[in-house]
Amino acid sequence: MAAVLAARALRKSYRGKEALVGVDLEVDAGELLGLLGPNGAGKSTLTKIACGLVRPSGGGVEVLGRPAGSPPARAAIGYLAELFRFPGWCSADELLQLHQRLCGSQGGASERAELLELVELSHAAGTRVETMSKGMQQRLGIAQALVGSPRLLLLDEPTSALDPVGRRIVRGLLEELRRRDVAVLLNSHLLSEVELVCDRVAIIADGKLVQEGRPADLERPRGVEVETANGVKLFEGAGREEAPEIVARLVAAGERIHRVEVLSSTLEDVYLDAVQGRTG
Amino acid sequence: MARSVSTVIGYTLREGLRRRVFLAVLLLSLGFLALYGVGAHFAFRDASGFAGPEPKILDPKAFTGATIFGMAMFTTLFLGSVLAVFLTLGIVRGDAESGLLQPLVVRPIGRTTLLLSRFLAAAGLAAAYVLVVYAAALAITWQAGHWAPDHLLGPALALALAVAIVAALSLLASTFLSVTAQGIVVFMVYGAGLTAGLLAQIGHAINSDTLHSIGHTASWILPFEGLYAASLHALISNTSGLTGVVLQLGPFGGSEAASPGLILWAFVYTAGVLALAAAVFARRDL
Repeated sequence: MAAVLAARALRKSYRGKEALVGVDLEVDAGELLGLLGPNGAGKSTLTKIACGLVRPSGGGVEVLGRPAGSPPARAAIGYLAELFRFPGWCSADELLQLHQRLCGSQGGASERAELLELVELSHAAGTRVETMSKGMQQRLGIAQALVGSPRLLLLDEPTSALDPVGRRIVRGLLEELRRRDVAVLLNSHLLSEVELVCDRVAIIADGKLVQEGRPADLERPRGVEVETANGVKLFEGAGREEAPEIVARLVAAGERIHRVEVLSSTLEDVYLDAVQGRTG
Repeated sequence: MARSVSTVIGYTLREGLRRRVFLAVLLLSLGFLALYGVGAHFAFRDASGFAGPEPKILDPKAFTGATIFGMAMFTTLFLGSVLAVFLTLGIVRGDAESGLLQPLVVRPIGRTTLLLSRFLAAAGLAAAYVLVVYAAALAITWQAGHWAPDHLLGPALALALAVAIVAALSLLASTFLSVTAQGIVVFMVYGAGLTAGLLAQIGHAINSDTLHSIGHTASWILPFEGLYAASLHALISNTSGLTGVVLQLGPFGGSEAASPGLILWAFVYTAGVLALAAAVFARRDL
């Protein structure tokens, strides 16, 4: 089955400065891909090219086999920008109605009610955007992105203004979208969020894709830690397979074992290794 | 397509209503018309003996009516242009910088349709506004002095087309200028156009071909000025004698008969400006 989102040899330069350098990336239906990277790495540029806001300098992006930015591609996506603003005079319901009309959704009032319920804003349907908190606006933004049941959702830092409860709501929402076979590209700095919800992560640094894979596959063994009567011993580089042998050796040497732990790198370790101090 | 256009037009109208733009415009316009009514009343009353013992030299009613109604048209054009500029302020670059534009642009509507819809809403509203204020000023003038221009509809339509051109120019400016710069540039262009028209008329009066050519060329480069001059001219195009000669030099810009093809050029010009705006917008990274 063709990927919902496919970037091929994607390049973008702004006045001679390379923002993306030959990025290849795919997101399949029902897959949640977390896009990580320091500020200025090119994450937002990639997302914007995918929804037709920015023109690539080379290569290309396809959405469901159609060039990104073309009318069929735009009809298939939902997008929430990192820095977005909705008209303050609009109520939540009016905003969703506007987007329903713009994307030709036939969902009507029931779709709007369902979306507001998904982001737990049912009580705020008639509330003006200008009176909403930033967190409420961000949840409304996610509801707006879901108008018309898009096949691909592009979310740029969707949880940056949310409190822990808001983040939990979004996590639940993303899991629901996976069940509905929606492909999601989640651009985020929150590694713990990405680790919790994403099927796959891609790390971009200096416009290049430097790591890609399932979070579990990206983790590397950091060693085996053994607590004995004589203190804690760390066997660096050892993995799960070596643990029984290490324990056997220590017991043979007369050590009393209290605790054994196989240590592996976290997504944060993988990320920091990958970007190697390249902060924007 | 039609649904998208009507959606964006409705959005622009609701925005104007909710942000009380229309209320402010209505109150200001009522204020202007009230002042105009008072002014017209006293102008007609006090100017009745202006021409001296021989009324055929200068018709006081025509002179007063055309002068004050010309001023009303100048104000109407100005207020209509202000409305056109405010309705198009920051539509592209300003809204893109604030993050308002991106959620709309990613929808299937497309950039060109979005831009043209915003133009239709702004130009349509500004033109309708001009027609209403023109009609009100006309009624007030008739009530105050029983004077009506030689042509009723032509000048109104010319003014409506003029504010549509201002809206198109403002829209073009919004594609590459920040909000403040856009407002400043459009009003400077507007002022330059009217000044050029006045220069042309002065050139005509003092027989300076250079001044007249400058003004004439400017009215083609900025046809809203040519339309304004033509609408002023249409007020008194059938008025003869000294009255007609004196009224040629209007109080705020000279009157001049519409050049052949001016109306056609105004439409082509507007279409060209919109096409350029659409091309700039289409290439712009957001």
